[in-house]
Amino acid sequence: MTATTTPGTTDTAAVRRAIASTARPPRPRPLSTALTFGWRGMLKVKHVPEQLIDVTITPVLFVLMFTYLFGGALAGSTGAYLQYVLPGILVMSVVFTTVYSGVALNTDLTKGVVDRFRSLPIWRPAPLLGALLGDSVRYVVAGTVILVLGVVLGYRPEGGVVGALLALGLVVVFSFGLSWVYSALGLVLRSPSAVLNGGFMVLFPLTFMSNVFVDPATLPGPLQAFVDVNPISVLATASRSLMAGTPDGTAIAVSLAVAAALTAVFLPVTTRLYRSR
Amino acid sequence: MTAGSTLAIEATGLAKSFGDTRAVAGIDLAVPAGTIYGMLGPNGAGKTTTIRMLATIVPPDAGSARVLGHDVVAEGDAVRGLVSLTGQLASVDEELTGRENLVLIGRLLGHRRAAARARADELLEAFGIADAAGKLVKHYSGGMRRRLDIAASIVVTPQLAFLDEPTTGLDPRSRGQVWEIVRALVAEGTTVLLCTQYLEEADQLADGIVVIDHGRVIAEGTPGQLKASVGTGALHVRLLDPTQRAAAARILEAAVGSVVLEPDPAALSAVCPDAGLAALGVGELGRAGLGIAEFSLGQPSLDEVFLGLTGHAAEEPPDATREEQAS
Repeated sequence: MTATTTPGTTDTAAVRRAIASTARPPRPRPLSTALTFGWRGMLKVKHVPEQLIDVTITPVLFVLMFTYLFGGALAGSTGAYLQYVLPGILVMSVVFTTVYSGVALNTDLTKGVVDRFRSLPIWRPAPLLGALLGDSVRYVVAGTVILVLGVVLGYRPEGGVVGALLALGLVVVFSFGLSWVYSALGLVLRSPSAVLNGGFMVLFPLTFMSNVFVDPATLPGPLQAFVDVNPISVLATASRSLMAGTPDGTAIAVSLAVAAALTAVFLPVTTRLYRSR
Repeated sequence: MTAGSTLAIEATGLAKSFGDTRAVAGIDLAVPAGTIYGMLGPNGAGKTTTIRMLATIVPPDAGSARVLGHDVVAEGDAVRGLVSLTGQLASVDEELTGRENLVLIGRLLGHRRAAARARADELLEAFGIADAAGKLVKHYSGGMRRRLDIAASIVVTPQLAFLDEPTTGLDPRSRGQVWEIVRALVAEGTTVLLCTQYLEEADQLADGIVVIDHGRVIAEGTPGQLKASVGTGALHVRLLDPTQRAAAARILEAAVGSVVLEPDPAALSAVCPDAGLAALGVGELGRAGLGIAEFSLGQPSLDEVFLGLTGHAAEEPPDATREEQAS
């Protein structure tokens, strides 16, 4: 201790002064508490920007792989296939990212800071809602990467920039709703890898058995019936329609309704789980 | 027990199980307002679970508790508005900087951005963390982390602070700094419930102590009363020849008090009510021809307190701690 520079020490008088100023501010509004938790999520991205890699590299790979590997075979030319598949890949990539919300929450639970959040006089769903709002920023990043790459490769949305942004917005809102499901999973399962495996076990078949990659007209009857009611198909149809400048009101309404329903059901469920775990 | 209005914590029959583990098996507490109250016990005794029930993090299975006049189950929100918790696992966010942690808590408690920043800087300065304010907490030393943890607990000064083993694993200097902060807290009127494994810590800080073992209260009183009941100290002896330890134990048991064999095969200690008796014990060992390498008279360790109170040493159930923390 003699040779090394000693780290800062406590200043007892200053500690006394700091403790003595007890003014308690009025409680913040619920939504502003949630936004503060969203800010916490943003800070983590700021400190470890590498964590954005999974939301940027994977979509890039998907776009390149599907366009150049399958494009010629499936649609006659890569250009024609890109025009069909890009809105689908937008849906798939962003929806995949929701699993990481559950993984992050599961990791968070092992840390002592959660006990502090639970002991604070705050609106109970705020930590969860805030985390998911923060994750929505990642969805926007992933979606933007795909749209920009698509345009670079020759994709042209007939709905223009507005159509593309509306589609991105719809996908982000849907994914926000879906991320509640993975939050619940993240609170129930034991480990982050269990959440990851469980999440993709559901999402892979759901995404591939949809109209994301192929027109379902060629599919056998029962599979086609499933693909038609698969919410991922509905979302892909809605996004396509927005990007093509011919909005499909029903598909858009159903996508939003699914997001709202998932939030309405899973927000209270995850809030309860968060308190009891 | 005195009138409820002067008690910061009043608990009756608090109990909590996790699966088959009875973490807390019926605990009564009466903590007077404005004091430091020590909860002493080994790992897995139920201290953390008790604190988590009182801080409204987990509901009790049975029993009831009022914290600052509010029921922990029915009026949890009111309790949370008056208390703060410094958990056993550092309850700060390791992936944020020290300043960000304090601003985060300030914002969550309702401070506007500027006020939250000002309060964070005031606390960082007072707690000697200002130089590391912009560093991620995962790079902090144990002592700094603990101080930040306590600073986070007084972003808005609570009426009652729960401190769960605030000095476990700290070096003596950092420990002294935490003690100073705890004393400052109570001097400014905050009641402190302090969990610890160290009798010395409870002795230094607490006005009253409750000793917990296997989820039950096994003793209660002032530090003085407690030490009187287990002897004021312990006589530690190290022999030259480990094979003579059994003989030495018999002699000290007869001359001084209950004997504990220490991990060192040549060492043992005896609960010892006064120094005169210790001198007598050492004399007896010499008269029996046992060679002594060294001896000392110290405060009783937690083990010795437990031996004095229960007749058995403080044991650590292998799974209890994990259960407590995981759930």
